[in-house]
Amino acid sequence: MSDTVEAPTRVGAPNIRRTSGVDTAAGDARKRRTSWTPAWVAYLQAAPMALVFFLFFVLPLIATLVVSFWNYTEYSIEPAFVLSNYHDVFYGCVAKFPGLCTTFATYLSTLKFVAIVWATTLLIGFTVAYFLAFHIRTLPMQIALFMVCTIPFWTSNVIRMISWIPLLGRNGLVNDLLLSLGIVDTPVEWLLYSDFAVALALVHLYTLFMVVPIFNSMMRIDRSLIEAAYDAGASGWQTLTNVIIPLVKPGILIGSIFVVTIVTGDYLTIGIMGGQQIASVGKTIQTQINFLQFPIAAANAIVLLAVVLVTIWGMLRLVDIRKEL
Amino acid sequence: MITLKETRGGVTRRSILKASAMLAGAGAITKVTGFPAIAQEKVTLRYLSTAVNQAPAIAKKAGEDLGITIQYITSTTDDVTKRVITQPNSFDLVDTEYFALPKLLPSGNIMGLDAKKIKLADKIASVIRDGTVDGKKVGLDGTAPCEVLYLPDEQATEFSKEPTEFLTLIPTTYNADTLGIRPDLIKGKVDSWAALLDPKYKGRAATLNIPSIGIMDAAMAIEARGDMKYGDKGNMTRDEIDKTIAELIKAKRAGQFRAFWTDFNESVNLMASGEVVIQSMWSPAVTAVRTQGIPCTYQPLKEGYRGWASGFGLPVSIDGREKDAAYEFVNWFLSGWAGAYLARQGYYTAVLETTKEAMEPYEWAYWFEGKPAEKDIHAPDGKVMEKAGASRDGGSYDERMSHVACWNAVMDENIYMIRKWNEFIAA
Repeated sequence: MSDTVEAPTRVGAPNIRRTSGVDTAAGDARKRRTSWTPAWVAYLQAAPMALVFFLFFVLPLIATLVVSFWNYTEYSIEPAFVLSNYHDVFYGCVAKFPGLCTTFATYLSTLKFVAIVWATTLLIGFTVAYFLAFHIRTLPMQIALFMVCTIPFWTSNVIRMISWIPLLGRNGLVNDLLLSLGIVDTPVEWLLYSDFAVALALVHLYTLFMVVPIFNSMMRIDRSLIEAAYDAGASGWQTLTNVIIPLVKPGILIGSIFVVTIVTGDYLTIGIMGGQQIASVGKTIQTQINFLQFPIAAANAIVLLAVVLVTIWGMLRLVDIRKEL
Repeated sequence: MITLKETRGGVTRRSILKASAMLAGAGAITKVTGFPAIAQEKVTLRYLSTAVNQAPAIAKKAGEDLGITIQYITSTTDDVTKRVITQPNSFDLVDTEYFALPKLLPSGNIMGLDAKKIKLADKIASVIRDGTVDGKKVGLDGTAPCEVLYLPDEQATEFSKEPTEFLTLIPTTYNADTLGIRPDLIKGKVDSWAALLDPKYKGRAATLNIPSIGIMDAAMAIEARGDMKYGDKGNMTRDEIDKTIAELIKAKRAGQFRAFWTDFNESVNLMASGEVVIQSMWSPAVTAVRTQGIPCTYQPLKEGYRGWASGFGLPVSIDGREKDAAYEFVNWFLSGWAGAYLARQGYYTAVLETTKEAMEPYEWAYWFEGKPAEKDIHAPDGKVMEKAGASRDGGSYDERMSHVACWNAVMDENIYMIRKWNEFIAA
């Protein structure tokens, strides 16, 4: 609680200085024993998770990295240390410049969706969370409405996406409505199998990932701060921009990390809603795996991982969430 | 402090080691108890293939007739290939496409079937054995089954050019693919593969996003249009691949395609919803659209069909009772009942004589002779598929199979082709 009250005072402080200060403080705290439980108990408690993490995440990742340097034929992969897979991933990127090679074109297209989906889910997610946190007075009502937000997740991802087709298709409900109202003469084609359809489906799928962390951050805001802002003569807009937004920054960041990483790696939604005419890195990897080209698929996966990690690193530089939480 | 830290580290590491040792131990125990070593237990064959041929009725009937338990392992076409190469001990019998063989055989994971142990080996359809129908040669572009059917010996990793006693795959089903159209939404006649890229169908055409097959359909269309002549559509040169992909990109940018599909159900949805009126299609998909009461024609085209064939192969690891049982099952499969069952879905079968015996005369006349149905035609599940009087698109077996122009294939330049295909998708 005291942390939350303090929060607004340090909003303006530069991130870096804060980070270093916290680290030394935390370091001191760790050296001092605060409990009589033997120290190894904590390691033991963490061991199952660490083991699962090691076996099913770290090991496969190392394998992927190793394989990305191997040679391959139609039916075998051979241990080697060659850079040809990475060379193939970026095939033509230099020669074609300033034209786009396949990989750059694919990432650019993905980046476009990331930007659109991030901005839209942020706007909608923030609005929904704000409404839930500040306009709904009772907890049961808040919980009930929160459950409503999760309804899209009650069915499988694939079914949700397929159900767009009778809605947006050439002979779908939206086109029927537009035609019968006389707004258009011929069915609107760009509703389905287009950039629009992909963006719409992604926003629909991932807005909840924005709502949850932002709502969580908003619920932790001490209401007396808002009263104080009001008493000090701040307008509603000023309260929003000077008090609420700075305080929900960690929530926004966590939501953004979810949305950005999921959209970067998504290929199912882009595939189905884009009629498979829109490239995505995931689809490229899938095609390569299906044709047993594991090493180049691994190289692609490593590049994708690097892109995602750099993005997250960049975002973490903007807000120090460990501190803010 | 320092000593404490070290002990802590030691304990953690040891506990992790211990835990993993225990896990490994547990794994070993399940393995031992998982295979009861009772000699007279019924033999179980793990049958790996796509869902297409894995009818529960066939497994049931085989169980009754032979006392063999068939356990299906269902996968997609590409995953079957992947599994044969990466997990060769996970199945006892594989039903895969002939065009996968240039990948499967060099891996050394499958072995030949001894023709002497296959009773009807010399009755296998001539289109598979030597690429002829009724004495006439069919198109052999691509990976034609007759080119990859024979092995010099059981464990060979290279094909034999001459017929031998060892067969790579014993055919289960095969067919001739073409374009599917919605006759109610298309004006005028479609009689050429060129229609796939015809601007008349702009925004209402579709093709597959399975590179090896998609590029061949594109090549059929481009050649039909008269733009290019291919040496071998199933084994293109880099130059041919470049030009084909360039044409595809041009068509894509012009908005020719509504969508691409990879799963055959997607092609059914595209067609049934009217999003697409002309597309590359597989025969069971056409049937599926029609059973929804929506007209769909599997349109014969003047340039011919793209053929495919699938068959049984054995993993090298198989031996003893399982091997005998596998031969027994393959022999049973060719003996009629299973063939007739699959033929009612529109597939062609390895041994036509036994299929004919196992079908009703009116069924044989409809499916294989191209004659109008005397009675309603039922699907294997009993649903009415065609009303009396209808006849099969493309006509008789001889008419359809003799017009095969090329076969599903894996090219020598496959790796290059896939790179170019990804370029097309990204364009």
